[in-house]
Formats: sequence, structure tokens, C-alpha cells
Amino acid sequence: MPISRAAAQATLRLGAVALAGALLAACGSGSSGSSKSSADGGKVTLTVDLFGTFGFKEAGLYAEYEKAHPHITIKESSTENEADYWKALQTRLAGGGGLADVQGIEVGRIASVTQQQADKFQDLNSFGAASLKNDYSAAKWAAATTTDGRTLGLGTDVGPEAICYRTDLFEKAGLPTDRDELAKKWATWDGYLELGKQYQAEADSKSHWMDSVGSLYSLMMGQQKERYYDASGKLVYQDNQAVKTAWDTSVKAAQDGLSAKLAQWTPAWNQAFSSGSFATIGCPAWMLGYIKGQAGDGGAGTWDVAPLPGGVAGNWGGSYLAVPKGASHAKEAYELIKWLTAAPQQAKLFEKQGSFPSNLGAIKEVEDVKDAYFSNAPIGEIFGKAAESSPVQVLGVHDNDVNTQITNALGEVERKGTSSATAWGHAEKGVRNAVG
Amino acid sequence: MTLTATAPPRTTRPPAPLRRFLARLSPYAYITPFFALFAAFGLFPLLYTAYVSLYRVELQTPGQMEWRGLDNYTSLFGDEYFWTALRNTFTIGVVSTVPQLLMALGLAHLLHYKLRGRTFFRVTMLLPYATSVAAATLVFAQLFGRDFGLINYLLGLAGIDPVDWQSGTVASQIAVSTIVTWRWTGYNALIYLAGMQSIPADLYEAAELDGASRWRQFLHVTLPGLRPTVLFTIVVSTIGATQLFGEPLLFEGSVSGGISHQYQTLGLYMYEQGWGFFHLGRAAATAWVMFLLIVLLVLGNTFVARRRGGKETER
Repeated sequence: MPISRAAAQATLRLGAVALAGALLAACGSGSSGSSKSSADGGKVTLTVDLFGTFGFKEAGLYAEYEKAHPHITIKESSTENEADYWKALQTRLAGGGGLADVQGIEVGRIASVTQQQADKFQDLNSFGAASLKNDYSAAKWAAATTTDGRTLGLGTDVGPEAICYRTDLFEKAGLPTDRDELAKKWATWDGYLELGKQYQAEADSKSHWMDSVGSLYSLMMGQQKERYYDASGKLVYQDNQAVKTAWDTSVKAAQDGLSAKLAQWTPAWNQAFSSGSFATIGCPAWMLGYIKGQAGDGGAGTWDVAPLPGGVAGNWGGSYLAVPKGASHAKEAYELIKWLTAAPQQAKLFEKQGSFPSNLGAIKEVEDVKDAYFSNAPIGEIFGKAAESSPVQVLGVHDNDVNTQITNALGEVERKGTSSATAWGHAEKGVRNAVG
Repeated sequence: MTLTATAPPRTTRPPAPLRRFLARLSPYAYITPFFALFAAFGLFPLLYTAYVSLYRVELQTPGQMEWRGLDNYTSLFGDEYFWTALRNTFTIGVVSTVPQLLMALGLAHLLHYKLRGRTFFRVTMLLPYATSVAAATLVFAQLFGRDFGLINYLLGLAGIDPVDWQSGTVASQIAVSTIVTWRWTGYNALIYLAGMQSIPADLYEAAELDGASRWRQFLHVTLPGLRPTVLFTIVVSTIGATQLFGEPLLFEGSVSGGISHQYQTLGLYMYEQGWGFFHLGRAAATAWVMFLLIVLLVLGNTFVARRRGGKETER
């Protein structure tokens, strides 16, 4: 034999290993596409891929839809952190595989979708979505529509802002717990920080006024019409006075020790909802559902909701549902999202989960909703008023990236004591890196 | 020869030179599958990455490639965070590899003795290695929690102030290195153990006759006998440390390796470029710089080992 038996076997084995690896890789990409629906015997499995807590499943909406359409089964997958979700979605869009029939899109990304990736999503007008236009505010509809008139997503929720607070911790620190009284005391952001100092003086040393100054910053930016981009799509965050004001306020809050220094969407932050590490948290309507999920049944009745400081309503987040071109059942997917975003379903979602409707009909329906979990706070009224007057924001391609870099830099200020100027320099560098 | 044995005897056989040629060809045929797969899944990605690294490519718009020449590389070397990542990779590499290999050597030495339940201990050693990176890192992230972590609780019992294991540069690097050390010590110990078992027992007997203590036996018999094994583990650990990725990524779930890049490794830096910012071109450039770096490191390792090996034989 020209080659020794052992060497031949080794080569064979290596080849087998390599082959197995290749097959595994092939299976891997196949199974990541396992969300692909199968249509056998008229049965259709629709896949829905979301982030955070949309609450469709929790509110029983899928079950209801499946009951009304017996040939349809809905499978949901969800990623907690939107940044991770977006990453995976981008990879799948680029590769063209593994896409779900319905994909959720955060409002900070919608400009990227309409400006850069319009070709990768179904134009919902081709299924007749145009007739739904008047159900939404002009701005919500326009944001998901391309300049040449293709509508790529249907609005689910919006994120009108308020403050959620722990009545039990407030009581312990000798602060008023009545939401109207608090709203008066924190009519301005200075008033909010002042109350924070009072809380900090009285409270347990392990408890702080707010979860992180990054969330304070994001909350304040939600009150602005123009944030990081101007209407022409130019990046202007460095010259925007509002960015500077929100930055300075956040730095001051950090230096006054008002923050629990917990980065949002981390496990430590999640734990803190039940441990009482912070007494107030910026509360876009969708945060209500998140609080319920993290604080659990034990938290019922210890939370309340009061209007936002600063005198102006604000909006933070909100989402769309879209159907990618790679969807296996585009028509059925469109029917599903049309139903999910219709007024009765959005109203129900708000009552059960707190995601505030973007559908005008639903907003009317929920005016009187109160939430027992949040000490019977009139959430319909509080968020309704906020939604009515929150500014229509100018959104840019990298809106979320800029926000992430700035809140990261604020994290340095609060956790490492970095000076404001140095941290701002890091934020600018980060933005350059992310955008460039 | 298989070829001649299977050939039916009565048919016209190929002339002798051709047969010899075929015989000489057959080993290449045997190894072709491996090289074909390597070309498809190893070489092609490598070359394609080099090609991509010369363009501006964004994940959102992979179809639009814009020629940038070496700009991706110059902007990489001009980026302060790249150098931070390089430094972090080195410090985390040293802090995780050195204690890990020393501990592995000690453990292997202990396991080499005739112990009761030796197999049990040996299997136990390998358990951390069999744990997934994700599971191990998530558990360690809990242990290293700032407010409710077990480690800070224990430090508190000893009267030490809680440490912010996530934000501090030194603290976070120690935390990440701990995870690496925990996962790989047992694996390296077993490799050392295998190396020790191949050292002939009569060497130890001779040493014992000469009155060498256990410690001297370890120094003068075990260590020289282990030299090739040690070299192997150092090379593998160096490559592993240079590519370190899962642990720092999952420690806080941040692609930037902490709020001020304090424990961002090169692998994570590349990931941030590619899947945080979607700059595929720059990520490809980073990948190539890492590849060249590893080649240099391994060459350096080999060179040092050769020279030391050469001196050894001269003696």
C-alpha cells in the first residue's frame, strides 16, 4: 500500500469529520429556517418573530385568531433585547433565509427600513392596506411609507411616556404617593430631581431614585421633535440644544447619586424590578407590560403611574409589524397583522398588557381603562393625553445607534465617575464608529 | 495494492507506466475530499474575507460594494478602541492562560498519583470543559453581580466593599479571565496527565534510587518529559486567547465589551464592527489583522521552542 493504513484511516476520519461539519452547518442554516411554515392539507403555520414583550400571546390574541381561522397555527419567537433582535433580522435579510412571516420593527429602525431596505419587505398596499390609512395618525402611517408610496408596516403600539413609581418605597421615604400631587411636584425635571434628593436622603442605602440616567436621558429625548437628525436626514445631534440639556440633566442626576446604575435590558436590571433597587422608572406605555413580567404577581399594587415631568408629552418607542419578501405565506401574514392591529385587538392589548394603541379607533375605546396592577391608575387617560400631544419625531437611519452610544457614555459617568466632557467625547467617537 | 487486486485478471490491464502513475496518484485521491471541503469552507471564506475587507459593505445593503482600498485597515489602526481591544486581548490572555496552565500542571501531577477514585476525579476535571460557554458565562455573570452577586456577598462578609465587576477595567478583566480559567483548566490538566503517563516509569525509579524527592522528580523528570505537551497547550491557549469571544460577549450581553470597552477583546471588536454597526468591510479587515496576528504569534512560539530545543540537544 502506498500510504499506510493508519494514515488512510486518519484522512478518512478527517474527511468524515469535515463532511459531518459541513452537513451540520447545512442543517444549522436549515433549522434556523425551521420557522418556515409548512402548508400541508390546507393547514398554514404562520411564524411571528418579535422583540421585547409585544403581548399578543399573553393577551390571548393568537388563540382567538386561531379559533376564528382553524386552518392557521401561529408560532411566535421573541428576543428580549431589540438590538439583538435587529442584528439577527439584518443577518437573515442579507442571507434571505430564516425569515418569519411576520417581523416586528421598532420605530427607531423604521427609517432604516423605508430608506435602505424597502425592497426586502412586502408592499402592504398590494394587499389592500391603503384602506386602513385613516385608522392611524398621519405621522404613524407616513413613517412606514416610502417616498414612492409603498407601505411596509402596520403600526402596533406607540410609546407615550409617563413615570412609574413604587408607592411602598415612596411611603417608606416619607414622600407623597398620590399621583396628582406628584405630578404637581415634578411639573419640571428640576422638581423631579429635587424630589429624588429627598428620597435619597431618607431611603435605604441600597435603593435609588431611578434605574439609570440613561433611561432618564431617553425619556427626555422622547419629548423632542428633532433629536439626532434634521428633516433632511442630516446627523445634527452635536448641535442640538435639546440633546445637550438632556445630557447635562442626566449627568447632574448621576453626580447627585440618584441612580441605581443599572443598564437597561441587563439581567441585573430585570432583578431590580422586584428587589426595589429603584423607586421610579421612565415609563413608556409598553413598559407597563414589562414591569408586570419582571416584578411578577408580588409587585401588584405596589406600583403606580403619574404623568411625565417637563410639561411636554413625550414618546419613546412603539412598533410596526411587517411582512418580509422572504415570508412563506405573505397573504395570510398580512391578514394576521391586519387583524392584530385593528382597533378591538389594540384596545384589548392595552387593557391586558399596557401597549398603547396607535389605531385611532382603539385610542377612543381605551379612554377609561384603569389598571389594578398599578394601583388602579387611570392609564387610559394618562397615556391617552400623552399620546395626543407627543411630538411627531423626525427619525433617521441610525436613530437607535446614536441613542445607544450616548446612553453608554452616560453609563460611564454614573458607574465609573468619568467626567462629562470625556464621556461626551466617547459618545461622539462611538457615533462616528457606528454611523461611518 | 488495492487497485491491482480488484482489477479483473483477464481484461486488458493498463500499461505499466500508467499503472505506476495511477498508483502514485491514489494517495492524492484519498485526501482530495478533505482538501475539497477545506477549499470550500476554509480557503474560500479566507480569501473572500480579504476581498471584502477592501470594500465598504454594510449588512443592510450587501449588494452595494464601494471600493475603499486599504482605508478599512488605516481606519482600523487609527481607531483607539482597536488598540484598547488588542491590549485587552493580551491582558485577559495572560491573566487567564498563565494561572490556568500552572494550575493544570499541578492538578495533573496530583492526578498522576495512585488515588482512590482516580477516574472520578479525572471525569470531574473535564466537566467544566463540557459545559457550554453560554451557560457557564451566565452563571458567572450572576456570581459576579454587583448588587446581588455571591462573590460580593462573600467579600462583604470579609468586610470588603462590593466590587463593580462589570465597570472596573481590572475587575472586569479578572472576572472574564476567571470564566476562561474555570472552563479550560481541567482540559489542560488531562492533556498534561496524558503526557505524564507516557514518561517511562524507570526514569522515576532511577531518580528515586538517586534519592530525588517528589519535588525534584517533578522538576527534573516530569517537566522535561512534558516539554512537547507544554508547547502544544501554550500554542492552543494562545490561539484560544486571541480568539476569545463568547465569555466577554455574554458577560454583560454588550457588543462593546462593557460601557467603556474595558473588556472588549479583538474577537468582540470584530463582532461589534460587523454585527453591532453592520460594517462588514471593516469587520473583514479586523478578521484579517487577527489572522495575521495569530500566525505571527504561533511562528514566534515555534521559533522560541526550536531554539530552546536546539540548545537542549547541544548540551
